[in-house]
Amino acid sequence: MNMFPLLTLLTLIPLLGGVAALLASGQTNLSRRIAFVASLLALAGAALLWTEFDTSRAGWQFVECLAWVPSLGIDYHLGIDGLGLLMVLLSALIVPFAMLASWNIGPNPKLYFALILFLEAGLFGTFTALNFFHWFIYWELGLIPAFFLIKIWGGPRRTRAANQFFIYTLAGSVAMLLAFLALYAATGLFDFSQLADLARKGGLENALFARLGGSFFKSKETLATVIFLGVFLGFAVKAPLMPFHTWLPSAYAEAPTGTSMLLTGAMSKMGVYGFLRILLPLFPGQMRAMQTPLLWLAVVTIVFSAAAALAQRDLKRMVAYSSINHIGYCLLGIFAVVQLTGPTAAWTTEKAAALNGVMLQMFNHGLTASALFYFVGLIEQRGGGLRGLNDFGGLCKAAPVFCGLMGITLFASLGLPGLNGFVSEFLIFKGSLPLVGWAAAVSTLGLLITAIFLLTILQRVFSGPLQNRWTGWKDLTTGERLTLAPVIALMFVLGICPQILISVSNPAALAILNHF
Amino acid sequence: MLAWTIYISFLGAAVLVLLPPENRRAARITALLTALAGLAVALGGAVQYERHAPSGAPADLVNVSWIADLGIRFHLAADGISITLVLLTGIAAVAGVLFSWNIERRTREFFALYLALIGGVYGVFLSFDLFLLFVFYEIAIIPKYFLIASWGSTRREYGAMKLALYSLVGSAMVLVGLIAAYVVSGSQTFDLIELAKFPFPPAFQHWAFLLVFVGFAVLAGLWPFHTWAPTGHVAAPTAASMLLAGVVMKLGAYGALRVAMTLFPDGLRFWQNEIALLAVIGIVYGDTLALGQRDLQFIIGYSSVSHMGFVLLGLMTLTQIGLSGAVLQMFSHGIVAGLLFAVVGRMIYDRTHTRELSELQPMNLSVLAPFAAVTFVLAGAASMGLPGFSGFIAELQVLVGAWAVFPRLTIFAGVGILVGIAFMVRVWIKAFFAENDAKSAAIQIEPVTIPERAGAFLLLGATILIGLWPGLLLDLITPTLRSPLFQPLWKGGLP
Amino acid sequence: MSSSLDWMVPLIPEELVILTALAALVLDLSILRRKTVAVRAAVIGTMASLGCLVAMLCIACWHDYRTSEMLALTPLTQFLKMVLLALTLVVAVLSFGARFSRHVGEYFALLLLAAAGLMLLISSENLLVIFIALELLSVPLYVLTAFNKTSLPSAEAALKYFLFGSVAAAFTLFGISLLYGLTGGLQLGAIAEKLATQPIEPVCYAALVMTLVGFAFKVAVAPFHFWAPDVYEGAPAPIACFVASGSKVASFFVLARIIVVGFAPLHGSAAWEGFRAGWMPLLAVLAVLSMVVGNIAALVQTSVKRLLAYSAIAHDGYALLAFFGNPRQMLPALFFYVITYSLTVLGAFAVVAVVENSGGRDRLADWAGLGRRAPLLSACMFVFMLSLAGIPPLSGFFGKFYLFTAAAAGAPHLAMLWLVIVAVAASAISLYYYLQVLKQIYTTDPLPGSTPFRPPHAALVSIALLAGFVIAFGCAPGWLLGKLSIVLNSSGFQL
Repeated sequence: MNMFPLLTLLTLIPLLGGVAALLASGQTNLSRRIAFVASLLALAGAALLWTEFDTSRAGWQFVECLAWVPSLGIDYHLGIDGLGLLMVLLSALIVPFAMLASWNIGPNPKLYFALILFLEAGLFGTFTALNFFHWFIYWELGLIPAFFLIKIWGGPRRTRAANQFFIYTLAGSVAMLLAFLALYAATGLFDFSQLADLARKGGLENALFARLGGSFFKSKETLATVIFLGVFLGFAVKAPLMPFHTWLPSAYAEAPTGTSMLLTGAMSKMGVYGFLRILLPLFPGQMRAMQTPLLWLAVVTIVFSAAAALAQRDLKRMVAYSSINHIGYCLLGIFAVVQLTGPTAAWTTEKAAALNGVMLQMFNHGLTASALFYFVGLIEQRGGGLRGLNDFGGLCKAAPVFCGLMGITLFASLGLPGLNGFVSEFLIFKGSLPLVGWAAAVSTLGLLITAIFLLTILQRVFSGPLQNRWTGWKDLTTGERLTLAPVIALMFVLGICPQILISVSNPAALAILNHF
Repeated sequence: MLAWTIYISFLGAAVLVLLPPENRRAARITALLTALAGLAVALGGAVQYERHAPSGAPADLVNVSWIADLGIRFHLAADGISITLVLLTGIAAVAGVLFSWNIERRTREFFALYLALIGGVYGVFLSFDLFLLFVFYEIAIIPKYFLIASWGSTRREYGAMKLALYSLVGSAMVLVGLIAAYVVSGSQTFDLIELAKFPFPPAFQHWAFLLVFVGFAVLAGLWPFHTWAPTGHVAAPTAASMLLAGVVMKLGAYGALRVAMTLFPDGLRFWQNEIALLAVIGIVYGDTLALGQRDLQFIIGYSSVSHMGFVLLGLMTLTQIGLSGAVLQMFSHGIVAGLLFAVVGRMIYDRTHTRELSELQPMNLSVLAPFAAVTFVLAGAASMGLPGFSGFIAELQVLVGAWAVFPRLTIFAGVGILVGIAFMVRVWIKAFFAENDAKSAAIQIEPVTIPERAGAFLLLGATILIGLWPGLLLDLITPTLRSPLFQPLWKGGLP
Repeated sequence: MSSSLDWMVPLIPEELVILTALAALVLDLSILRRKTVAVRAAVIGTMASLGCLVAMLCIACWHDYRTSEMLALTPLTQFLKMVLLALTLVVAVLSFGARFSRHVGEYFALLLLAAAGLMLLISSENLLVIFIALELLSVPLYVLTAFNKTSLPSAEAALKYFLFGSVAAAFTLFGISLLYGLTGGLQLGAIAEKLATQPIEPVCYAALVMTLVGFAFKVAVAPFHFWAPDVYEGAPAPIACFVASGSKVASFFVLARIIVVGFAPLHGSAAWEGFRAGWMPLLAVLAVLSMVVGNIAALVQTSVKRLLAYSAIAHDGYALLAFFGNPRQMLPALFFYVITYSLTVLGAFAVVAVVENSGGRDRLADWAGLGRRAPLLSACMFVFMLSLAGIPPLSGFFGKFYLFTAAAAGAPHLAMLWLVIVAVAASAISLYYYLQVLKQIYTTDPLPGSTPFRPPHAALVSIALLAGFVIAFGCAPGWLLGKLSIVLNSSGFQL
């Protein structure tokens, strides 16, 4: 137990940085620099967290617990395990990356950078909170900055996209809030671990029914299922899971590059994190009971989004749909894990593999997807606003480094062995194939289609004849190369030595599995 | 000590009347000092109360015989709920004065009436004798009328008269109920605590409760008696609508809680479900109508009806957490509504002379008036019930309480929240963040003045402070709800 | 011989007043014959006022209370005489600036004679003496109403007054004779005893109704009110003041005396579902009619005087509620209300008189912007209007409250609450038209070309004093109530 409130500090850094950036009067450069420095500080803090993290210990680390509103059972309870650590690190990595990508954004860059920092604070807070109350505060804290980021700096149809994003997400949040309030009304608990303990013994359903049942909800199962659906809705919209995904393509496509990177890199992980941290421990029975429909949803998500990506002509939208597809794998892994097939050790390995894969996929996809958006942003910039699939061609001749690095990213996203994407997808399938064979089998279709459209991008954009208007196409500048270097390096490193991540994620996965 | 809030306000009003009419500066400063003094006393009184009366029972401030023939006493006392609302009044008063800094016409009369209204409101929150409470309640009506009729805007005379008559009819109902209670109890006293102990016959309670509750709830905006609210808010000048939505509507809810629910618990249980239904209808109705309005102030007026619906729903749950949420929502909505009206009325309307969304849309206000835009975004977030602001905790508690008692209605309330989010986003986009590149430079808007900034910071600070440290107020409210005065409400219910 | 001289002593106040009246006539016809109207009015007015003042002092010092067959002097009657003389004094002061007639001496003489009639009216329990006093009061009033020879409405009002009054007096006389025939006596006490022992025949009810008619007319309750609006509007303003205040106090007193003492056995009951024939249901009908007719008619008036007239009718309705209370509260409530009401309405009419004298008419539109042209006068009118509306902390509110409480407690099981509900509802509506007057005064801008004016000092002082009393009796009604209790107790509750 670490007495130093590292986690609180970590969350405060971007918050204060955002305020400082706003207050930096006049010069844009100063506020940009302040913001960037703040994000680097946060990265340093996350790295410190990484080094101090003890992978041999199970359970929460860096715990802080203060009574806040005792009469309501609300504590200021922070802590991370492997999953949280991964997510915090991911967020800390993506934010400076996104900032560099939006260095020259206008108008009003001060506000832009401040909003990104507030978003980062929200992310850190969400991934470290263990009490519903402030977890929800941070969850919602991310919404308004994201709304304005899309609305003010976005593309031509940004208003509609921002609206949709905001309202959909909030609708899910309201459902989630109501469900959690019902849980509180029944149990008097807001704390995730306490609720999970209660759920493990089957006490959650009983408590719900004892307090809230009777007049309207006749059976225990119905009531519990309704509450489960409320919480599920909140996360399903965020992740997203089809059919709750309709806000995503427009939002990602209309958002400015840096925002899209952040949205796909970190914010979408909030949804999956919610599934792992909250839904799974609290409602194992309901998930088990609804496993088949859930699996269907995951499969549909994987396959249809890939197919939709294939049908797109706008590069940004393709990447957006591809994001949905990759998250679909995470959800497949999660839903596979709820299978109760006996206490034999074998299944534990499979389940652990799947969960590890999920967590790795969250990390890896965060990296690769944000890198992809970065590249698309660069293309759009150099292409004078164009980003259609068929607008380019033969860029490899004009910008070989560009082509090479983007190619690496595309392959990582595809799951080429040697790059990070492969490990995570492999683990997910390793785990889910024995558990839910049919679903995994159909999902491989998604893999196939993904490969097709990613290669199509490569082919249409980079190979083939070079159009005259692109003869002056500039290759990656030094700054851009420096920006990309760490990310690309990570793709290789994590592809070759996934143990770095697995050492952290495995204890967490096992801990989650203990709930079965 | 808290009684001084009342005296100071009326004293300030009297001083203002005696000032020379041309000296606007003196009038403004006097009013501000009076309001600040009131707030300071309120804060001091709150601290004092917490230290000396941790049990939550009412602490007597003044208790002298007044009209012995009828057993009427000048009895002022405070418990946690009174103090919460007194604090709200103090904050709203100061903010209102700050936002009315620019009143040019008959400044001292304006502030005199304003302070008189504040004094009356303080009086209601601190009275523990029913006659005295009623006296203060009615005293508050006349300044309201004149504030709106003289300094208001759209259809001000109609709005003012409607408000005055609704208030008076409501208080007439309360009067009949009070007289009936006095006569039936035969105890020759109007003291609240004494009368609360008297076991009124159930048949009597059934209609007496309804009469008194509805009488007060008219002012609280209970659906369908809420129709004075949108017209009244639109007609009123900024400070008055801040007070109207912020504090005056709370008078009604407070009266309903303090008088109707305390005196007639059996009657309350008889009508619990029906009133809860009306409350939820109000929540959904208010938000839905706000979605379709074109005038910004109407939108906020209707949203006030919806928020008060939460208060009433919380009151009807008859659980400690529900009532706690209701009182907290009274505080929170008072601050947030005040802030919303301040931005719309003072920052926007006084400069652009329009509140129509269609006319505001081309003005690109986010660029011309960034302070107003940011304040409105934050206020809107608070109004939606976004966590981090006071409204979230309040709605949280109300919903928890409601889940236990009215599960179906809770789901509808959730729908109401969603619609509330939708209309706020619509307003953000249309009023402030619409994209137009042309002619935004044509309009000159004067920058936001220092009093406005001060007022905005005060209100924002209050809502964020309570949003993050609700314990500050909950420590006052929770012990009071456990005190003997509220015991009859929990009889047979959930804690 | 000694007995009649014996009686001259306690009746000194009345004699003084009559002497002053005669002296005024003589003085005017002789010494002051050639002076201007203003000087004459000042001198004779001062004399009249002094006469009233001395008479008041006599009453205050003289504690000789006795009762005989013709006259009854009790502490209560002496107290009321003081009040009546004070009212007359104010009317006299207001008449200083009277411009409507050259016949100053006659004017003041008639006024004083009417005052003497008032004092005699309340000094007797003998029906015949009461009738004589009634005529002594009425005839001068008829003449005074017509005093403004240049005004057609004045003459019309006087004629209506005279005709209505005579018919009503005829009814009363008939009723008295019936009573005499039934019971063989003219003393109220004796009549009551006889009625109690005899079986009640229908003729008794006829006698009751007829006797009541005259007094109902004098008090101006509906449906005998048709003279009031015209008289209040047409008569010279000071006379309207007098009719509205002094005449009302005395008439109510006599009404109460006759009904409560004389017709005690015939009271019947107006309780909900407990209806029994008698004067109670009769008065209930009159009360409801007055409240409804008075308030609804007042809503549409554009003339301030007519508005006040209809409001007077409504207030008579409220006052009648006192008759339903239990004996211990009935009389204090009635007298408190009537006394404070007369002070208020006297003040209101006085303001009207002053405004008229300075050139305005009594149309509502002409009162525009008075708040800025004559601040102190308008402030007093503010007090009077709100007191009439029943807004705390003014005397009108407490008076109504006491009345309603007394009436509600009058019958067991809240059986009279229906009447209280009607009264409260009517009172609530009345705020509308009072606010109309105040709206004109304060919120409407002055008409172009109007200038501030200074009311005459004496008038302003008396009006301010009256306003002060209204506020004082509202905030601390205990003093007046206490005084009333003392005089009532020491009069043995005999009237």
